[in-house]
Formats: sequence, structure tokens, C-alpha cells
Amino acid sequence: MIWTALDSWIVLAGALAGASCALVGAFLVLRKMSMMGDAISHAVLPGIALAFILTGSRAGAVMFIGAAVVGVVSAVLVEAVRRYGNLEHGASMGVVFTVLFAVGLILIERAARHVDIYPEHVLFGAVELVPLHLVSIAGLEIPRGVAVLALMLIINLAVVAVLFKELRLATFDPGLATTLGINATAMHYLLMTLTALTTVAAFEVVGSILVVAMLIVPGATAHLLTRRLLPFLAVSVALALLAAVLGHLAAIGIPPWFGFEDTSTSGAMATVLGLFFLIAFLAAPEEGVIARGWNLAGLRLSIVTQDALGLLARAAEDPANPDGSLSASDFRSVSLSPFRSAGAGLAVALALLRARGLVAADKRRFRLTQRGQAAAREVLRVHRLWERFFYDEGGVELGELHNAADLLEHYTDSDLRRALSDRFTGQRTDPRGKRIPG
Amino acid sequence: MLAQLLRVLSLADYNTRVVMFGTMTLGIAGGVVGVFLLLRRRALLADAVSHAALPGVAGAFLLAVAAGGSGRSLPLLMLGALASGLLGMACVMFISRFTRLSQDAALGIVLSVFFGFGAALLGIIQKMRGAQAAGLDSFIYGKTASMIRSDALLIGIAALIVILLTASLFKEFRLYTFDADFAAGDGWPVHRLDLLLMTLVVAVTILGLQAVGIILIIAILIVPPASARFWTDSLRLMVLLSALIGALGGYFGTAISAIAPRLPAGAVIVTVLGAAFLLSMLFGSSRGVIHLALQSRALKRKTLRQNLLRALFECEEAGALHSEQQQLEYLSRIRGWSRRELRKAIGMLARSGLIYRVPGCPWQFSENGRTEAMRVTRNHRLWEVYLLEHADVATAHVDQGADFIEHVLGDAIVAELEASLPRFGRALPQSIHSLTRSNGGSDG
Repeated sequence: MIWTALDSWIVLAGALAGASCALVGAFLVLRKMSMMGDAISHAVLPGIALAFILTGSRAGAVMFIGAAVVGVVSAVLVEAVRRYGNLEHGASMGVVFTVLFAVGLILIERAARHVDIYPEHVLFGAVELVPLHLVSIAGLEIPRGVAVLALMLIINLAVVAVLFKELRLATFDPGLATTLGINATAMHYLLMTLTALTTVAAFEVVGSILVVAMLIVPGATAHLLTRRLLPFLAVSVALALLAAVLGHLAAIGIPPWFGFEDTSTSGAMATVLGLFFLIAFLAAPEEGVIARGWNLAGLRLSIVTQDALGLLARAAEDPANPDGSLSASDFRSVSLSPFRSAGAGLAVALALLRARGLVAADKRRFRLTQRGQAAAREVLRVHRLWERFFYDEGGVELGELHNAADLLEHYTDSDLRRALSDRFTGQRTDPRGKRIPG
Repeated sequence: MLAQLLRVLSLADYNTRVVMFGTMTLGIAGGVVGVFLLLRRRALLADAVSHAALPGVAGAFLLAVAAGGSGRSLPLLMLGALASGLLGMACVMFISRFTRLSQDAALGIVLSVFFGFGAALLGIIQKMRGAQAAGLDSFIYGKTASMIRSDALLIGIAALIVILLTASLFKEFRLYTFDADFAAGDGWPVHRLDLLLMTLVVAVTILGLQAVGIILIIAILIVPPASARFWTDSLRLMVLLSALIGALGGYFGTAISAIAPRLPAGAVIVTVLGAAFLLSMLFGSSRGVIHLALQSRALKRKTLRQNLLRALFECEEAGALHSEQQQLEYLSRIRGWSRRELRKAIGMLARSGLIYRVPGCPWQFSENGRTEAMRVTRNHRLWEVYLLEHADVATAHVDQGADFIEHVLGDAIVAELEASLPRFGRALPQSIHSLTRSNGGSDG
């Protein structure tokens, strides 16, 4: 693998495209309009093709304006088809962007005779060709694509910086924004315009479908990592930059391992972004599947152990059961048992309680240890305090009390417990006359 | 050129006939399955599935080449597409189930990342020495011209199976599409039906890859049913129409693609479908834009006519108008009409012979006009009384309530009204409002 100046230009172009897209796309993700980005990126094609045919070149402001106009028109069309055609939003997008894209493809096929553009570039872009078209700016020879994307990034940054407050309000609370005199509709179409412009600028580098990855995936990934807007935008852009570097490295570095030549950088960039998302999906600190699974397992565990303790505490009150012990089948059959259906919960709970020294086993019967008694009393106390609460304050009938208390007892933290104790100071029994321990 | 066109359109070649069979059955299958996809509001899921198929196609090709084959067998590539398409669909469901991202973000992520990975694999294939990668292009944009006979037969027969399966489950799909909760409550296996529908959608998507291409295949699932929706409210008719439009798309798309092989077939088919959509949206006989506009115009005219008839009638009841000038002033005051509107409405009534005028005198009813005016006024008053007595609406408000509804009362409802207010018989109730209109505010 040999790194040349060409590679540097390719990475720079990819990074600029990624950053411009990520900045705009982050707002699309927040506004739940991700597929609108997809629709616009498809729909600008006829605009680009028409501009090719009219001006005979790939450069120029005409192409930008043409494509941006078509992009915004497509957003208007989607809305019009939805309203006048009585179609749901997704279907109206599907109709508008496929038809526009199809027309664009046919136009491009016609234009291809005059201009050097190929249908495969439409989809995947041609970032490898970027360093070949140079323009001279302030005496420096730099690739045209890089110059265009740098300008696009500056425009996007400027718009977001200047209209940060307005965009934020219009995104999170369009109603409030409107009452404060911010035109939410104008913000919507501003965002659509920026999306269209950015799509056109990035078109050469990433093509019309992979641009969707640049628009949406950084924002979606960042959405799993942070809940504050500014860090969210920063993380989106940083992910896009990183993906450009890693993507190009992967494109020229990985295929040789399997005896192939290199592959397309834009495809690899999208793949890297996908991996970023996968990592965040699995391992994000709060939103990740692993963290949530871990929390859920912890909660389940605390519920089954508390349930087991509660049953043992009730067994200890039973005069017919002098040593207050229960067998595994007793656990499943006593009244109020939450372990009626078969499952691993009981075995796990008992094993854990024995490991903590709260429960002892003797001849396959389980009973509370000294320390276990204190813990079990606490469980029963909270349960009966809640029953008292629902009976006295909520007017819940006797027959429903147990279920109501059962719902809450596992989620009662020390503050809530103290509040309950204070509320019922001196109250010795639950509504059925059973003693409240402790 | 023209001779060639005729040759293709009339299916003179055996080869064209076979390809036509493939694309038209595909179009029909897309149209039929698409109806339910559209009504279930899952249109864009099909888009994600089709894009997610690309790495499967490229991966299957690479594996086949690595195993020493040519990699260009259609069933093998379709199998790869099926596997990664299903994986993509599962990813969409996982993402929207386990994160707080919206479903459309999940669609966008899966669609673009899978496609990007596919592009990276394609990039490798294109630089492989000696490999015949050209065939893979047709999976992206569609190329009916590259379909060989066995491919077309495979697609056609599989699409036929999809159509028959959907047709045999029509009743179940109908129930579950319109009221999934009721269907579940009634004991239908809603989840399995859902799964089956999505499987059929994936099947159409994969079958269409070669003819229409990954990017645009979603159109043959969405555009025909969306077009058919403008023509009818009956599901059965909608399915038939949608199938017809899909078949037409396949027919013309294949024909044009055979004449101009450089044009991507998918784009041609979708453009044909797009034209069908535009025509349907404009001229559709049930929900078409023009039809709706005409309907709303007719209703407006009817409303204006009936309002004027009643106003004239009540004006006559109140009596004491001696000149046309006085009459017009009075009418425009009580209903808030501008002079132009009023003149238009009067012209309308006069043309249909309901009112006439002796020069200098106020407008008067013809015999027909009086009957019609009495009928209109009676409906209005019956409805007012009904609102007053049965719906507890205040006297000052019943007029508005009656105004909304009186123009759309059918004969059956009027008969029911009469039955619920028997004391009036066939007579005209007195107005419940005072008929002295000094303030001009009320127009009852």
C-alpha cells in the first residue's frame, strides 16, 4: 500500500463531503426526516442531468442552481402528492423520487454522449477522479471537487452558526418557534435547500445513494451517544471525518489481504460509517443494546430476589410452618407466588441469595439466615406499606391491593421508603390486619 | 425504427415474448402485492430491502468465483440478494425496536450502509482480472435486454406463484390490512400474515432485480397501487387496476428497452409507471384532483342555489319588498353576499327557470321554483327543529348547524327526519327565528 498525494486529496475530498453532509443530515435525523434526505438525493439527478445537457459541462453555477431547484421542487412535490393525492408520506416520497430518478437516468444516458458522465458514477461517485480536475485558486492548484466541497462546508457551517437558535427551536418545538415569530416552514425549506445543495456538491465524490449514508449515519450514531445538540453536531462531524480517513485506508488496504486490488473509497466510507453505527448500537453508554440489556438483567435479578425474600418472610409468619422454610416446589405453589410459571428466575434468585448469605439450604428446604431475616422484613414492610397507602389514599379494593403494591415495591428506593415510613408512622398493620414488620 | 417497434410490440420474436412474459407477470405481482404494502403504510421498507440486496448479489458473485464458477448464475445471485435483503429488513426492525431512532432513520441507515458495502464489493469485482463483471450492472439499473430465456421463465413463474398466493389469501389480507386489531381479536394469525406479506414483498423485490434494478424496484411496488387508488374505493378493483398498470409498465418498459438497449430498463419502466401515476392523479374517477375539484365546485354551486332559494322564500314570507333594488339589498345583507355573488346566484336560478322578474318588480318564483324553495326551506327548518329538540342545541346556534348539513341531506334522511318529527306531517314548519330582521345579523 503506497500513500501518495492523490490519496491525500481523496481523503480530503471525502472528509469535506462527509462533514458537510453530516452537519445538515444531523438536523434531518432530529426532525425524523431521514428518508427525505434519500428522496432529495435521488431527485436532484434530473436537475444535474439537465444542467449537463444545457451547459455541456460538469462545472458551473448552473448545475448547482438547477439541481438545488429540482431538490426543493421535489420536497414541494412530495408534499403536494401527499396532500392532493391523499397518500401517506412514505408512499408519496417513494413515487416522487423514483420517478424523478428514472427520468434523470434517462436524461443522463442521453447526455452521456456529450459529457463524460457514466451511470455508475451517479450511484457511487468517482472520488478517485477528483484529483484529476484541477482549478487554480490564489496561485494554488487544487482539485475542483475539493474547492467546491470546502465552500459547501463553509456555507453549511455559516448557516448553522447564524441560525443556530432558530434551527434548534424549529427542530424541537415548531409550535413554540412559530409563536416566537420564527417561521418553521421557512426553516424546513431552508434545510431542504441546504440538503439539495450539499447533495449536489458531494455528488461527484460519493454519488447519489452513498450520500444518504453521509447524511444520516453520522447523525444517527451521534444520536445514540449524546442528548445535547452542540456535542451531537460535533460528534456527527467528527465521525464523518474519521470515516473518510478510515474508509480510504480500508479501500486501499483491506482488499489486498484477500488477493484483490483496491476498491471504491466511497463504498468503504459508507461501510465504515455503518460499523461506527453498529458499535454505538451495541456499546453506547446509555442507549446501547449491551448497556440496556445489562440494566434490564440487573432489574430482573433484583425483582426475583426480592420476590423470593418476600415469600420466605411470609412463610416465617405462618404458624403451621415453625422453621419458616420452603422447598423449591413450595415456592411455586404457595399463595401470591410470582414463581407459578416455570422459569429459571427462581433458581437464579435462590443461588444468588445463598451466595450473599441471606438464605440457607437444608435438606432441599430453604430458610432465611439471620441477615436474610432483616432483608426479608424490609421487603415485606415496603409491600405492606404500599398496601396501606393504596387502601387509605387510593381507595383500592382489598382484592386488588396485592397487585398494586407488587407493581411498586420493586421500584421503591430509599427516599421513597422513608417517605412511606414517615407517612404511616405508628401504623402497625396492613389493611388486612397483618403486621407491618420493622 | 418503426418497423422494429411494431415487431417488438406485436411480440413477433419468441425471445421478446418470453422476456415480456417475465416482466409483465413481475409487474402484475408487484402491483398486487404493492396494494397491501401501500395500505399497510410500509412503502419505504421495500426500498431498504432492495438496496440491502446489493451486497448479497456482489457477495454471491465473489463466492462463486472463489469456488471456481463463473458467478453469473441468476438463481445463485438471487439467493445472495434474498439473504442480505432479509438481513437488511431484520436490521431495520432491530434498530427501530432497540433505539430511540425513528423508523425512517433506521431505513436510511440500512439502505445506505448496505448499499455502500455492496459498492465496495462491486469495486473489488470490477478490478478482478478476467472476471465477467458486466452482468452485475444489470442488477443496479435493470436490463431486460440481458435477460436470457431461462432467467425470464424463472422470474415469470415465480411471480405467477406470488400472484396466486396473494389471490388465494385475498380475504385474509383484506381483513388484516384494514383492521389488524379486529383481525387479531377475531383469531386470525396477524403476525404470520404480516410476515407472509413482507416475504411476498421481498420476493417481488428480488425477482425484479434483474429487470428493474435495485434502485427503482420499489417503484413497481408503490406506483401502480398508488395510481389505482385514484380510480376506485373498492379493494378488489384496486388490485385489478394496480395489476393492469404494473403489466403495462412491464410491457412498454420491455419494448422500449428492446429498441434502445442503452437506456436502463428500470428507468424506462418507472417512467412509464410515473406517467400512469400522473394521469391517474389528475383524471382518477374516485380521488383524482380534477374529479375532486369538480365535485367541490358542484357542491358549492348547489349550496349557493339552495341558500338563495331559501333566502328568497323567507323574504317572501316576511313580505313588504317592493322593488328589485330593495330585494337585492335585503338579500346581500342577510347572507353577507357581495353584489357579484348575488348576481351570479340569481342568474343561475333564473337560467334554470326557478325565478323570473317583471321589469322593475322584485324577483318572483315560478311554479317549479316555489316547490323547490319550499322543499329546501322545509329541510332546513326540520333539521333546525330536530337539532333543537334532540341534540339540545341552543336556538341561536341551530341555524348554523342546519346550514352545514342541509345541503347534503339525502331523501332517505329527510324521510327519517319527518318520521322523528311527526307533528309537522307534510307541512312547512314555521321558522323558529323571529322574522323581523332589523339587525341583519341572523339569516335563519
